[in-house]
Amino acid sequence: MALKITGAVDPELLDLPWSVPLETWPKDTLAALPRGISRHVVRFVRFRGRVLAVKETVAPMATREFDMLKELGRMGAPCVVPFAVVDGRVDENGEELAAALVTEHLQFSLPYRALFSQALRDNTLTRLIDALAVLLVRLHLLGFYWGDVSLSNALFRRDAEAFSAYLVDAETGDLHRDLTPGQRAYDIDLARTNIIGEMFDLQAAAELDDAVDPLEVGDRIEERYKELWNTLTEKQTYRENVRKHVAARVQALNDLGFDVGELDMTQTSDGSELTIRPKVVDAGHHSRRLLRLTGLDVQENQARRLLNDMDEYRVVMGGEEDEVLAAHEWLADVFEPTVRAVPREYRRKLEPAQVFHEVLDHRWFLAEKDPSVTMPEAVASYVKNVLPTHPDEQAVLGHEISEFEDGVDAAGVPVPREAPTHTTMIHAWQNLPRTGQLD
Amino acid sequence: MATVTFDKASRIYPGTERPAVDSLELDIADGEFLVLVGPSGCGKSTSLRMLAGLEDVDKGSIYVGDRDVTHVQPKDRDIAMVFQSYALYPHMTVADNMGFALKIAKVDKAEIRQRVEAAAKILDLTEYLDRKPKALSGGQRQRVAMGRAIVRQPQVFLMDEPLSNLDAKLRVQTRTQIAALQRRLGTTTVYVTHDQVEALTMGDRIAVLKDGLLQQVGTPREMYDAPANVFVAGFIGSPAMNIGTFNIDGGFANVGGNKIALERDVVGRMGDADAGKLIIGFRPESLDRVAPNTEGAFPVEVVVVEELGSDAFVYGQLAKPVGIAEEAVSDAGQVIVRVDPRDVPKKGENVWVKIRPGEQHVFSSATSDRLSDAVTTDKSATV
Repeated sequence: MALKITGAVDPELLDLPWSVPLETWPKDTLAALPRGISRHVVRFVRFRGRVLAVKETVAPMATREFDMLKELGRMGAPCVVPFAVVDGRVDENGEELAAALVTEHLQFSLPYRALFSQALRDNTLTRLIDALAVLLVRLHLLGFYWGDVSLSNALFRRDAEAFSAYLVDAETGDLHRDLTPGQRAYDIDLARTNIIGEMFDLQAAAELDDAVDPLEVGDRIEERYKELWNTLTEKQTYRENVRKHVAARVQALNDLGFDVGELDMTQTSDGSELTIRPKVVDAGHHSRRLLRLTGLDVQENQARRLLNDMDEYRVVMGGEEDEVLAAHEWLADVFEPTVRAVPREYRRKLEPAQVFHEVLDHRWFLAEKDPSVTMPEAVASYVKNVLPTHPDEQAVLGHEISEFEDGVDAAGVPVPREAPTHTTMIHAWQNLPRTGQLD
Repeated sequence: MATVTFDKASRIYPGTERPAVDSLELDIADGEFLVLVGPSGCGKSTSLRMLAGLEDVDKGSIYVGDRDVTHVQPKDRDIAMVFQSYALYPHMTVADNMGFALKIAKVDKAEIRQRVEAAAKILDLTEYLDRKPKALSGGQRQRVAMGRAIVRQPQVFLMDEPLSNLDAKLRVQTRTQIAALQRRLGTTTVYVTHDQVEALTMGDRIAVLKDGLLQQVGTPREMYDAPANVFVAGFIGSPAMNIGTFNIDGGFANVGGNKIALERDVVGRMGDADAGKLIIGFRPESLDRVAPNTEGAFPVEVVVVEELGSDAFVYGQLAKPVGIAEEAVSDAGQVIVRVDPRDVPKKGENVWVKIRPGEQHVFSSATSDRLSDAVTTDKSATV
């Protein structure tokens, strides 16, 4: 059978060494990225200025997962973007090789193991679990049953104070019109079991303090999931002042970052009570508002932080009535000068919106000594004192690659240490509105 | 261990009228390996997921042992969904990889060790217990994954197309291992596949489903020798049974102008609705090659010969129509004949074949249900 590529419209994909098992692909094709625990052989590949993830599996599974990821993306789920399915691979002796699913690497995303090997704040773990709980709720709201929820099967991006989680492995999943309580309960139970297993493993590798109780960490996902699910979907019954209650419910969901698309309202038979239940809720309340006002496409908590700063600016600058005009001014006077102050060599460390968030934090820290500190002063201090200590997170974590070798997906063959890779991608930085070139 | 009972269990998806699983009645014995098989959309996976608690049961009930689990949460059903390919934890020993779920369930350490050792013995993993997964071969790693489910000692194992992510060679190897392991453990197992060969080779019994309805349940032999209707006849067996509709006249079927005698009581079971027609099926091994123009024989033009070493199959075209034109033999006149692998006809050649007496499967043309008794084919009788 001839090599067959489905999906990507990029003939250069043919130039990758498909006639060699992925395990033995030449080093110069590979990008040194931390790999999670995987059932399959997975490698990251440099391709025309970007990074692709290649996973070997059987053809029907690869095609199914490709279609599933595509559909999930169309529905607005936070997941990796499928790129192509490569089938019909044979080696030089004519022996068949496994098919491959190719996905685009999510810029600035990190597997959870990479986060444990960085010196991070104590609550990193709980923030990761919380992010996974939000992801699971969002997927369940869309009718996606995951079937193998774990930290390994997600990627994490910094999102202001928190993390955002993205689905990377949809192989066991199914889309349904609505999930049954059993499907949701099973996913939660799997998440709990897998997370506890992952914590045990981190402890066995001496990457997690023995004082942490894996069972407590596992219980947290269940608690957070249930809390969020109930807030988003529970029925409430009111006797009076219904209008106020409905507005309060919508506001509470907005604060959590969700918009209410449809609301079910049912009057009891005697007409004395009204029951409301959110029927369609969409995540991304703040990021949509920021996108509408500024064209900036950032994650939810980053958007919340940026909007707060924008609203503050609007008040301080004399309360420009038009929200859009105020946003325009804030972008030109505050946001752009701040992120432009980051020298080019540091731009692979964090996304612009995350830099802005950290500068706001840094200004707050400086203001304890000098309450009159300005944004330009804060960013100068941040670039000098804070940013240089950050690792590059755009697509490379070269310095600790050896720790991420899982050894399991390599079928017993010792995986050679991979040298750090340097990429020249600055997509996220080029996405700033109105500024084609940064310097 | 336990029995499993589907008691008129139905699943009707919201917004649809036809049930995805329609009043399924199935009794699975303690320790039995039951395979649910059928084409895509037949309801086999839905049935399994109803038992697992992943799909609601809209009508009827499901029991594990004497316990009604219809509305019990998945994790409280004492059932284990077995994946063939868990990711293993690289820094934990094989023993810890197998036993960590028990640690979560707060089983005491000595008990965990004992259960892990017992499972390792069954899985031939004893000497690897204190090693890391990295030191194991691919097959051994798969067994560790099985071990994870085994140590939990569930009442029932559920497997949903567990071999679908393996390549063809490994699939055959693994299916034998799973079947052997299930016999050793003696744990009631429900297994879903779309592949009838997998079903025949693995199951103690097979349940064939189509459009949400159970068609037949029985041992592999029963399904092969006495398919309950035309669908099962065409689905079970590889290569497939030859099936066609024929006019019946005076106790004889008219096959290509030749008269084939049918048993008296079979003809007696014909109803008015059959309107003088019956559906007759004959397996590739039930055809004998005979001399041209032998009574009751018909010629087949050879299109392809599939040589398998131990067997050979002729995929041929009927030289002239034998059945009723529009409802001819399956796949527009294609006939499959098993022939002696040491005497294989050439492409384009005409071979004369005759249905061995008593080896035809007869079905009502009105209901598709079986009318004749079980057929026992004697393999050694091949010419």
